[in-house]
Amino acid sequence: MNNQINLDNLTPGSKAVITGIKGASPFKKRLLEMGLVKGETMEKVKLAPLSDPAEYIVTGYHVTLRREEAKDVMVETMTNDEIRMTNQ
Amino acid sequence: MTNNQILKPRIFVKTSFNEPKKITIALAGNPNAGKTTIFNNLTGANQHVGNYGGVTVETKEGSLRFGEYLIQVVDLPGTYSLTAYSIEEIVARDFIIHEQPDVIVDIVDGSNLERNLYLTMQIRELGAPLVVALNMADEMKKKGISVDLDKMSQDLGAAVIPTVGTRKKGMKRLLDAIIEVVTGQRQKPDAPAIRYGEDIDAELDKIAQPITDFSEKLRREDAPLKQHLCLSTSPQWVALKLLENDKEVLRVLADGEARMLVQQQVEISRKHLTAIFGEEPEIVIAEQRYGYVRGICREVVSRTAEARMDLSARIDRVLTNRLLGLPIFAILMYLTFYLVFSVGEIPMGWIESGIGFVLQKIELLWPAGRAEFLQSLICEGVIAGVGNVIVFLPNIMLLFMAITLLEDTGYMARAAFIMDRLMKWVGLHGKSFIPMLTGFGCTVPAIMGTRVLDNRRDRLTTMMVLPLMSCGARFPIYALIIPAFFAERYRATAMYAIYLIGIALAIVVARLLRSTLFKGEASPFVMELPPYRIPTGRAILIHTWQRSRMYLRKAGTIILALSIVMWFLTSYPTMPPEKQQEYAAAELAEAQVGYSFAGRIGHAMEPALEPLGFDWKIGTALVGAFAAKEVFVAQLGIVYAIEDTDALDEGLTDADKSSALSSEEKSELATLRGHLQASYSPLVGFCIMLFCLIATPCMATVAVTRREAGGWRWALLQFGGLTAVAYVITLLVYQVGTVLQIGI
Repeated sequence: MNNQINLDNLTPGSKAVITGIKGASPFKKRLLEMGLVKGETMEKVKLAPLSDPAEYIVTGYHVTLRREEAKDVMVETMTNDEIRMTNQ
Repeated sequence: MTNNQILKPRIFVKTSFNEPKKITIALAGNPNAGKTTIFNNLTGANQHVGNYGGVTVETKEGSLRFGEYLIQVVDLPGTYSLTAYSIEEIVARDFIIHEQPDVIVDIVDGSNLERNLYLTMQIRELGAPLVVALNMADEMKKKGISVDLDKMSQDLGAAVIPTVGTRKKGMKRLLDAIIEVVTGQRQKPDAPAIRYGEDIDAELDKIAQPITDFSEKLRREDAPLKQHLCLSTSPQWVALKLLENDKEVLRVLADGEARMLVQQQVEISRKHLTAIFGEEPEIVIAEQRYGYVRGICREVVSRTAEARMDLSARIDRVLTNRLLGLPIFAILMYLTFYLVFSVGEIPMGWIESGIGFVLQKIELLWPAGRAEFLQSLICEGVIAGVGNVIVFLPNIMLLFMAITLLEDTGYMARAAFIMDRLMKWVGLHGKSFIPMLTGFGCTVPAIMGTRVLDNRRDRLTTMMVLPLMSCGARFPIYALIIPAFFAERYRATAMYAIYLIGIALAIVVARLLRSTLFKGEASPFVMELPPYRIPTGRAILIHTWQRSRMYLRKAGTIILALSIVMWFLTSYPTMPPEKQQEYAAAELAEAQVGYSFAGRIGHAMEPALEPLGFDWKIGTALVGAFAAKEVFVAQLGIVYAIEDTDALDEGLTDADKSSALSSEEKSELATLRGHLQASYSPLVGFCIMLFCLIATPCMATVAVTRREAGGWRWALLQFGGLTAVAYVITLLVYQVGTVLQIGI
């Protein structure tokens, strides 16, 4: 039922759980340090006026990622039930 | 705190009564955690910006008296981590390691605990004495977050003090906790901060072993603590960093047999762990650290209310809206420049009349015929020269105030978010936008502003093209030339055109550099969008002042020295009297300038400048422009032998807004324009502007580029490159214009 997608394909306004990050070590570590850790929930807020980058919420703060960077973040989309669970 | 002093018997602690005990504390924390606010609270106006040990990142310092202590406070750059990812991180880490402050105060944004505690754990791992300020306690309340302070303090092994930086709450308790650590009332925990699990811990021990042996040997030899990383930190920390593949630590690790042993072991361990986890150890370690932090958060945080959509998110619905975002951004930029150029004119007028007044008084009071050269030096060299720079201070301060306002409210991050797509196309980073904007005021602080960029290639590229943002000092050149050669209705367009040419060139040059010299992958745009905040008036004043100081310092040092040099070059050698007779009275002044050093330099440059349509007079003025762009106009005035050059400047900087000018002053200005019109074609006028826009960044820019980029190489590349581009473009424009008979 659950869908594995890349973060850049997430529709704005929806949430997903991080399942892994691809890419070279320094970049990957940077994302980790900014809170993009396996198991965290990410919400895509919106795209910038010129369609790139995009704004996300992770561990309670807002962060920006370009499309090519979001491509390296694998997420699992959440069903409405699961979103309700995390909100509680 | 006064109690303490009173209770101390004078006889026993005489020294401490008279001389306060000095301690140093360092403020660390994530960007946007409210570090600067707390720093301002603690030190007030008693602070200065200093550069830390040769590297180009600033650490701000201030001090305060607290009881019997004189506390030196160092504001470290805001970082998310203490790895070697950016210069800021290296600086923060090196300061903690090498300067060994008595206490590290970690400012933690309570409304965003997880990410903030990640840094806290790294400070703990360093083994530094720590006090945690749990900041933004008010926002936590609003968000319905409550924290078990005792539990948190236990988990972190450090005192946790709730603070509200913006309302100065908790400062006294914070200081008390700092003193407790200093006086040893609070024991430093010995246990390692985090256990990384059996596999990693086993490898850590293996790496740490030879380092421990080595450090014991060093201790026996009484080696200086600060020179050896394993002594100033701990073998365990060095081992951890090495396992994390930290290039900086590897670089400074002491030479000798230990290094070989250690390096071999690190390689084996990294391979081993990568095989086990299927990922590099640094990733696993970072994840573990986060896991540990999440564990703490689960234990100590309880949410008492449902989080609702916060105000910032609602503001962003408008400000970064897909349709409205760009227009609002454009309006804000327009307002910024409107503020700078129209409101700035008012105090500019005051400064001009002030300088004029001083000059007049000197002339009046100076004993006639006595030490005329000294009078000339003071009036034409010092006052006029430095006055030329000071006159732009209102403009520049207003621009910096606007930038501070945009930055302190949190809009600047949104601007970078909105502009990133465009900046990326240029080959730059969204964050490059901030120094670019500063560049319209003064290139010097703009180049220092490139420190916000993590990636060195981004940073160098931005520095190289920054002089193409037409700085405030170039404005008077345009203001002189445009009315002389352009009909009234074209003037505004000509002014826009010259600014736009600069921007367009910056784009071309940046793209070129990014695809050749600074080739490489774009750095990731992982940037925090901090919540909007209303900055305090005091913070805005302090930050505006800190930026403006650099400009003033330039006026006080480089420009002052160069004004005197330029004055000397244009005044000497004086023509011998027998030669003076060869000239008619009207031509004498001009001939004298031609005879001077500056005139000779101009003459020497003439063959090279001729293809651009320039003569030796412009050449002489260009020499002045290298000192500081604004000198160009004054220099041209001297060359054209207009007696009262000071009045001339005043007229020019006012861009002909006639109000402040007397009719005499206006005529001075008109005279220079008349001279220009008579001597040059409009095409040459345009070429002068073009050349001044592109060529030879001023001396201060060259100096600051050398310092910031870390080498003459880059400063000379910037200087030579831009001058070459200017020459080629001006040459093309002049030659093509001549052939096509445009503007002749």
